[in-house]
Amino acid sequence: MEIKKTATAGTLESSDIMVTVAPSSEKGIHIHLTSSVAMQFGPQIKEVITSCAKRLGIDDAEITAVDQGALDCVIKARTETALYRAAESTDYKWEA
Amino acid sequence: MESLKRIPHIEEFKDELHGIFDESRVNKSYLTRAEQETKRSKVVPSLEEAIRLSGLKDGMTISFHHHFRNGDYVVNMVMDTIARMGIKHLTLAASSLIDIHKPLIGHIRNGVVSRIETSGIRGGLGEAISHGLMETPVIFRSHGGRAAAIESGELKIDVAFLGAPSCDVFGNANGYSRDNDKGVTCGSIGYAKMDAQYADKVVIITDNIVPYPNVPFGIPENDVDYIVKVDAIGDSQGIMSGATRYTKNPKELMIAETASEVIEASGLFKEGFSIQMGSGGASLAVARFLREKMLRENIRASFALGGITGQIVELFQEGLVKKILDVQSFDLDAANSLKNNRMHQQISASYYASPNNVGSACNQLDFVILSALEVDVAFNVNVLVGSDGVIRGAIGGHQDTAAGAAISIITCPLTRGRIATVVDKVNCKVTPGSTVDVVVTDQGVAVNPSRPELRQRLIDAGIHVVDIQELRHKAERIVGHPLPIQYTDQIVGIVTYRDGSVIDLVRGVKEMDED
Repeated sequence: MEIKKTATAGTLESSDIMVTVAPSSEKGIHIHLTSSVAMQFGPQIKEVITSCAKRLGIDDAEITAVDQGALDCVIKARTETALYRAAESTDYKWEA
Repeated sequence: MESLKRIPHIEEFKDELHGIFDESRVNKSYLTRAEQETKRSKVVPSLEEAIRLSGLKDGMTISFHHHFRNGDYVVNMVMDTIARMGIKHLTLAASSLIDIHKPLIGHIRNGVVSRIETSGIRGGLGEAISHGLMETPVIFRSHGGRAAAIESGELKIDVAFLGAPSCDVFGNANGYSRDNDKGVTCGSIGYAKMDAQYADKVVIITDNIVPYPNVPFGIPENDVDYIVKVDAIGDSQGIMSGATRYTKNPKELMIAETASEVIEASGLFKEGFSIQMGSGGASLAVARFLREKMLRENIRASFALGGITGQIVELFQEGLVKKILDVQSFDLDAANSLKNNRMHQQISASYYASPNNVGSACNQLDFVILSALEVDVAFNVNVLVGSDGVIRGAIGGHQDTAAGAAISIITCPLTRGRIATVVDKVNCKVTPGSTVDVVVTDQGVAVNPSRPELRQRLIDAGIHVVDIQELRHKAERIVGHPLPIQYTDQIVGIVTYRDGSVIDLVRGVKEMDED
């Protein structure tokens, strides 16, 4: 899958995460994370986002995430949705 | 008159006698009440004048109360004036500090304030202190601990600056007025009573001068030195809302309902029981569920204590709570009840919770419902430091009521967002686990192993009792395993227990790297 446009999923509500995916001019997955629990869970949140992208076969993307303490399952759901939207794909494979 | 030496045993009490009566030293006042009011008024022209008259000097201790909560103008107004006057290195001993007191950061940087003693700090000031703003650590005391320290003289206040919603020209001050509705209202000024009684000099700051005598008063005129009339002492919106609302959060309601079941099953739910409920979501909602049980069982409480809300006032008006002891009114309904009901009594912080006086009401509690930022597997509670290590709370009466109540009940959700509430070890130990009896979460109720009989009663009543370790595992399964907080070596806060001993230290938090 390839990122074609900028797309967003999620909200800024407590326990949610807003994930914005944009095409990247550089190689690789670049994540900009702002999180209310960055100190305790920052690396784990980035890892969940990265693994979502990899699972959907995305190699290059600019991902901005504003997290309000979402659980991993929420991060996964929002990231995958944003990636499908940004790739303009409806070929959903929700579970690996 | 003959010489005093002729009095038998005069040497035993001569110091109590101030010589022989002298007619010329008699001071007869011919002033009428009206003349007294103009000639003997304690109202001084400006705050600056009051500060000058108080004799405030570098290195002294000043104090404030926090009954105006986030609507307080007094602390910032006084500190700005003191700063302009060039007085430095003060110790600021407030009953608590809140978001609105963020401008103190500037006064700390400029050396006007060198030390802080308080029950808690919320908002930007707490954040700054956790990031190393102050050289000398902040001393945190419970409301009872502060009262005891003031009474013993360990916390000696040189000048108290006390905001009052009503005051007459001789200093009878209160948190409401029965003369007019011109001023703001804060209800009880129970924390300020300590400062008024023990500070060397007391300055009342008011925007509502009322006719003498301002009865009933929270602070009597004999404790007051100077009065300053200002345009506004606070923002009524920030001081209190009309009524503290019940939570609509289903998780909190569920916790509250379970807590009320715990009370019913505890064996102490009897005619004449006593209770304190906080103003936090679940803690406050307990009142609603308890009301139904009290009506059904025809049981009335002898008194409710502490920070008082409209919900407690409702129980009082229905006759379900006979008396209210009010150290701090949380909403207008509570403040109006204090104003209008004889059996709703204003009390001082010492009466409320001091561990060292000869009788404080928190010892008469059967139940206290408290909240928590964190509880650990040893039942220790943190209400002061956030999950990110930053100071963002207050001890309040937590330690005092947990120790004083026959059954202390902590209500908290198992997790808040991605943060576990039940943890291995609290970030900051504020209330020792040995004084915590029951922890009520949305995922089960844990009972301190020191209370096996209580645990059995709850099980017999069908309450979902679990081991606290099980709660901790459950929490971690939901949120994952957090990385430890990165602290610095700097000690930024000293957490004292109510007896003045040091129960924990708060360390500085490392700045976070972006991304």
